[in-house]
Amino acid sequence: MSIKAVGVVKRFGQFVALDGVDLAVESGRLTALLGPSGGGKSTLLRIIGGLEEPDAGTVHIDGVEATGVPAQRRNVGFVFQHYAAFKHLSVYRNVAFGLEIRKRPKQEIRRRVGELLELVHLEQFADRLPSQLSGGQRQRMALARALAVEPKVLLLDEPFGALDAKVRKELRDWLRRLHDEVHVTTVFVTHDQEEALEVSDELVVINHGRIEQVGSPEDLYDHPANEFVMGFLGPVTRLGDQLVRPHDIEVLANHVDGAIAAQVTRLQRVGFEVRAEMSAGSDEPWVQLTRGQADALGLDPGSSVWLRAAPHAASLTLQGCEGADLGEDGLRGAGPTEPGGAGAGPGEGRRGGVGAGTAP
Amino acid sequence: MASRVGRRSRNGLRVVAVLYVTALVLVPLGVITWRTVRQGGHAFWSAISSAQAVEAFRLTAIVAGSAVVINIVFGVGVALLLTRYHFPGKRVLSVLIDVPISVSPIVVGLALVLVYGPNNGWFGLPLHNAGVDIIYAVPGMILATTFVALPLVVREVVPVLEDEGFEQEQAARVLGAGAIQRFRRITLPTIKWALAYGVVLSIARSIGEFGAVKVVSGNISGSGQTQTATLLVDERVEQLEPGAYQVSLVLIAVAVIAIIVVSVIRPKENVS
Repeated sequence: MSIKAVGVVKRFGQFVALDGVDLAVESGRLTALLGPSGGGKSTLLRIIGGLEEPDAGTVHIDGVEATGVPAQRRNVGFVFQHYAAFKHLSVYRNVAFGLEIRKRPKQEIRRRVGELLELVHLEQFADRLPSQLSGGQRQRMALARALAVEPKVLLLDEPFGALDAKVRKELRDWLRRLHDEVHVTTVFVTHDQEEALEVSDELVVINHGRIEQVGSPEDLYDHPANEFVMGFLGPVTRLGDQLVRPHDIEVLANHVDGAIAAQVTRLQRVGFEVRAEMSAGSDEPWVQLTRGQADALGLDPGSSVWLRAAPHAASLTLQGCEGADLGEDGLRGAGPTEPGGAGAGPGEGRRGGVGAGTAP
Repeated sequence: MASRVGRRSRNGLRVVAVLYVTALVLVPLGVITWRTVRQGGHAFWSAISSAQAVEAFRLTAIVAGSAVVINIVFGVGVALLLTRYHFPGKRVLSVLIDVPISVSPIVVGLALVLVYGPNNGWFGLPLHNAGVDIIYAVPGMILATTFVALPLVVREVVPVLEDEGFEQEQAARVLGAGAIQRFRRITLPTIKWALAYGVVLSIARSIGEFGAVKVVSGNISGSGQTQTATLLVDERVEQLEPGAYQVSLVLIAVAVIAIIVVSVIRPKENVS
């Protein structure tokens, strides 16, 4: 069951949450809406679900216009960040809620709820109240509740945002497996790029009420359309006139073509990785190495090395000096750089240039 | 050391609290109970079963019952309005809800007479000409009682609705529940205990209301009377007639029993 949103605009007072968004979600896929807080991704999800009305634009679900249809008649499943468990009802009654509203026969409800509780591994908790469950269990119950009515689409709003790191990891593996089993068209909102990269079939990066890029996780990681997408999906640092990922920089003992001279200013060990901060002219790139690599090179603060982007590296050539916020401090002391040689495609003007891309 | 100091100050506070409640609540109520008991069962029964007393209790029940029902409907409605919607004037409405607590009931009664009085009230004169009497009649007493008990339901229900947020109702909506189903299946169970407590406070406040009712009722005893139980107590005290303690004790008992019942059946605050 596909979802299509066209020209969706939503304002809250002066604040423009969505500024003309077009989105197409294919049937049966698991799509992540990724972006920073306040970027508009949750608003878009709530508009698809009917919990907010767009100021302009249309939403089609399964080819049928849903735009003025109230939420209770859209037949979508919605999972909230804070579970929205019905606190006064048992786990069983929570899951049965949508079916009871639809006045399904008792036996059918019992069978369906039983199946779903099994699916989310809560069969032995049927008689508990939500307050007697852990956060992860509550969210699985909420998911079963949403699936009970056989929704056309399943919408999840930061579903794992309120859980601690370990449970979050477990649940997203589980969600991925569940989706492979159930195949309901699913859209989930997250601000966690790791979660989005790991779980989704397709990624939609949203910022300032606009869609920055749409594509497969690999595609977006390797071919980011702009600095924002590149910075949001992972760490970024600046090498010469290029933005690259710190793990895509080769550290060399000797000069080769295209390499830039640099000096190690600081080494920091974080678990299995070593972060080497460098000084290269006016730039201060940093490089992510494994411990073995750092040891083999004999890196110490003060060492002189040569740096170049790895041949397969995803990179963006900078066209302007405006600094987009990259999430990492890769652009410290950014000076103006001339338009890059390899820059393919048109820049959007307001952002940095478009990527030279990669050659695996 | 620290724990000893802590214990000492805790015991000190306990003594202060007990003395405070004793002096203000227990002693006066105890004296009324004692006076009633001392006068014996026969005096008690004859005081509360006289035709005048029975009529007064009946009227109190009608007035308080009507006021409580009105305040449940509007209290829940206003609480939903205040917590679920944004609209201009919301803060003003919220402040106005509290006015009945801060305005003296006598003033409330007087204000109602000015508006609804049959002789020169704004609405009262046309209503009187149309054959509807509000002041010096039961409708005015219900109006006055409703007014003084107005904030009690709202103020109990609003915090619960704010705490629970909107998400359960939204979840129910996405699952297909219409407005009435959402209210009955989600909102009402959520506010159940707050509402029960608000109702008990409203009952206690309504049966005990005196000042506003006195001004609007005219305190007429006899047929077509407008004398509630509190007005009867006042009359008995003023005229040094017996029966005041006994009727008072009944009023106290009803309020205390209502509060005890709710605090017994109300579930302990469970950890969420």
